[in-house]
Amino acid sequence: MRLRAATFALAAWMLAALVLPAHAQTEPFAIQKIADGDYVHFGQVAMTTAANAGDIANLGIVVGRDAVAVIDTGGSVAVGRALRAAVQKLTDKPVRYVINTHEHPDHVFGNAAFANTGATFVGHHNLPASMRAHGPFYLHSFRDVLGAAAIDQVRLIPPTVLVDHTMTLDLGGRTLLLTAWSPPAHTDCDLTVLDEGTHTLFAGDLVFLDHIPVIDGSLKGWLDVLPRLAELSAVRVVPGHGHRIGSWPGALDDERRYLLTVEADARRLIAAGTPLAKAVPLIGQSERGHWQLFDDYNPRNATAAFSELEWE
Amino acid sequence: MPTIDHAAGFGRTGRRAVLGALSGTLLIAPRMRAAMAADADPWPALAPQIFPDRALEDGTNVLTIDAPYRAEDAAVVPVTLHTTLAADDPRQVRKITLVIDANPSPVAAVFTLEPHAGIDSIATRVRVDDYTNVHAVAELSDGKLYMATRYVKAAGGCSAPALKQTADAIPVGTLRFRELQATDPAQREAQVMVRHPNYSGMQMDQLTRLYIPADFVEKLRIWQGDQLLLTVEGGISISENPSFRFSFKPNEAKTFRVDGSDSDGKHFSGSFPAQDAA
Repeated sequence: MRLRAATFALAAWMLAALVLPAHAQTEPFAIQKIADGDYVHFGQVAMTTAANAGDIANLGIVVGRDAVAVIDTGGSVAVGRALRAAVQKLTDKPVRYVINTHEHPDHVFGNAAFANTGATFVGHHNLPASMRAHGPFYLHSFRDVLGAAAIDQVRLIPPTVLVDHTMTLDLGGRTLLLTAWSPPAHTDCDLTVLDEGTHTLFAGDLVFLDHIPVIDGSLKGWLDVLPRLAELSAVRVVPGHGHRIGSWPGALDDERRYLLTVEADARRLIAAGTPLAKAVPLIGQSERGHWQLFDDYNPRNATAAFSELEWE
Repeated sequence: MPTIDHAAGFGRTGRRAVLGALSGTLLIAPRMRAAMAADADPWPALAPQIFPDRALEDGTNVLTIDAPYRAEDAAVVPVTLHTTLAADDPRQVRKITLVIDANPSPVAAVFTLEPHAGIDSIATRVRVDDYTNVHAVAELSDGKLYMATRYVKAAGGCSAPALKQTADAIPVGTLRFRELQATDPAQREAQVMVRHPNYSGMQMDQLTRLYIPADFVEKLRIWQGDQLLLTVEGGISISENPSFRFSFKPNEAKTFRVDGSDSDGKHFSGSFPAQDAA
């Protein structure tokens, strides 16, 4: 392991010097302060492309008295490095925790940028298993999308600190409340981070704003989680996707309406005996005007919802 | 936001994953297969293995395949087969073989249609592992084979691990049977669903990091009273929780029966009351 880590560190250094995407070096990596000690980098509302280097998820930084936590690391090592550089510009304090909100590539592919920093990786108790199970597929399928050079830098780094239900992390005068959600909702390893000092919630992909929600866990599970999620004592939320901060818990309204619409449409069509292929184009269509990337994800959501609800 | 199109061409395939009498040479190593799919049409090599020494006639007036050109979810791609023989055609469709050319186990299913069943459509959901042609080959009562073709863009269905962490509350082998509302009382429609992970042998166990051995619904028989309607021999290309929806001619039977088994030797069966004629 030690040898592998050393080899990796060397390889990462060489790659950083040689094949960092040009734009990552030239474009500024924008960080916004949203509350005292809380910062966010808004990813693009887009699908991952080589041009955006997977910079499509919102990433969080919380600066405490003694240390820093980052929340998700972006969809490539280049994005992770840019995030790390942004932290170093903000503060001299060390990154103590790298918290991953779930397993998807746009949230964890940047982990390698923090691999040699002494930071502890933290996640949902299901996250290591999900990363192992799905990670190789993500690496393979993103090779074409991100490019071989970008993918070759990615290391799937699972958390070593696992959250069973809730856990508090202390950054010095600033506590973060981590909640591991179940049943499966957006995924089966969804984790939220609440800054208890500022009541800022980093929701990961349990909250989508403007960007269409994506169901990769369970529609019914997500609807089950929402009322409990809404009880968190936040005043603002950083969504996993969407280029704005939401008020809490009002930010859940659009997403809840979308999920309920998909559920109601799917149930109605299943009851009517409509086959899957004919049902999918009819599910969720009234939501079209409310969301970006609707055509990219709504049919997939409709398929997932139909397949799940068919067994009710 | 995820990326649900998991990658193609992973892992291994069990020999048992190939249906019955088919040659083991269908098991082409995944990486070779991926390369082949990109470079060349696998069908010319595949067809003689599946249908040795048989001519494949144009199936234009015999059957059609409905499938999305671009699959939304590679692990759940709806495919519907329609027979289109003219009403006065004396021939009948006896068997339909569904082949997904680029899949590691290309024969997805073989449907045997009983002569009096009156089946003119069968819909199921399949895994699609690459951009591929889908072939449906009908054997008619005259003994000849007729072929229809459809192109589908999808990738990663066979390896996509649809497995969730939580234990499934519905036991493996649970059967659901549903008669659909009939618009034509002489031609009705029913759906059989089997709760089954239909492991492809390419999904990794999340804890052991070993590939889960293929375990899939191998055979299903559907009876209307004492009359067998349809036999399905399935492979790993059928989606998790296999679903088969088909049309049939109703008889006077009061019950439907379904029995089946999976490749692990597990048997399941169920009996379901027939709907009153609409």
